[in-house]
Amino acid sequence: MSHEPEHSYTEHIVAPHVYLAIILTLVALTAITVWAAFIDLGRFNIVVALVIATTKASLVVLYFMHAKYSHRRTQLVIVAGIFWLALLLFMTLSDYISRIDYRGVRFPMTQNVDTRPVLRG
Amino acid sequence: MHRTGALYGQFKTLEQQKDSASLGMWIFLVTEVMFFGGIMLAYAINRHVYYHAFAMGSNTLSLKLGGTNTIVLLASSFTMAMGVWSAQTGKRKLLPLFLSLTILLGFIFFGIKYVEYAQKFHHHLVPGASFDISYCVNNPSKCDDISPEELEIEGNLIAQAKAAEPNLNSHAQLYFSSYFGMTGLHALHMVIGVGLLFWLLHGSLKGRFTPEWNTPVDIVGLYWHFVDIVWIYLFPLLYLIDRHK
Repeated sequence: MSHEPEHSYTEHIVAPHVYLAIILTLVALTAITVWAAFIDLGRFNIVVALVIATTKASLVVLYFMHAKYSHRRTQLVIVAGIFWLALLLFMTLSDYISRIDYRGVRFPMTQNVDTRPVLRG
Repeated sequence: MHRTGALYGQFKTLEQQKDSASLGMWIFLVTEVMFFGGIMLAYAINRHVYYHAFAMGSNTLSLKLGGTNTIVLLASSFTMAMGVWSAQTGKRKLLPLFLSLTILLGFIFFGIKYVEYAQKFHHHLVPGASFDISYCVNNPSKCDDISPEELEIEGNLIAQAKAAEPNLNSHAQLYFSSYFGMTGLHALHMVIGVGLLFWLLHGSLKGRFTPEWNTPVDIVGLYWHFVDIVWIYLFPLLYLIDRHK
């Protein structure tokens, strides 16, 4: 019967050259996001900015924070966190974009709306 | 709870011990995600409603300073990751070096942030009674750090934004409230992070962290990278609105 060492430890260690590749990618993506901000893409400027930011955040979470090599349970917590954030954003924003107030005014309110209550009768 | 070597009594293996610690830290970080997520959601709605005022406010920020700070913070995440690597591989001399570099980059970030905040105070761009989005355009002599060409562009932008939003001055205050609120909370997190780094530096100089037991280095690393992620979102949200005009 083989004797297993009492303190066996199999931790995944990310090599420095991986960290170096990640930091260089992050700096490059920062330059790209600044460059993209100066191009007129209309309402897609913010989409491009957020896609690049999310790519950068994913690289940090996966490699710098070792999520790629973490226990499944930890990965589940991370995914659950993103899910709850998505719920917060999705439900609040869907309320705002579908809201019509008592004056029949849609969100976002236009300027110079008469905010006095409507008297009926 | 007794400790035999690196292992605390309630755990079976070092691996289980480390997994438990990082699981706990991640649960805390998820609460932080929800905290910053709520603030960013409020920002998103205000930005949607008062787009012109927010774009105007964003254009008064210095891309040079903000961009430099982004690179400084990313670099500090790299040195932190290298610190964790040093602890994991038992590089006793490298660990304090990388922790000190991370602290130094943190202080450079604070220095640049101080310059930015001071500029906003001098330009009357801090929400309150003396807030005036047109202050520099009307008093060019008081804002000698902005070139006449830049002031002319700013004047045109303000005129355009005022045509779309007559209450520009009050809505621009909403942008600067978001700016100071979000960057201020981020900086507060960094102050706590730098404090924790000093504590790690002290421990590393005493040789407390080994390849078997370096949980504090690992956990503070997770926190520091999270603070970096917050800035990764804050930078495009605050600095890069409507820059193409």
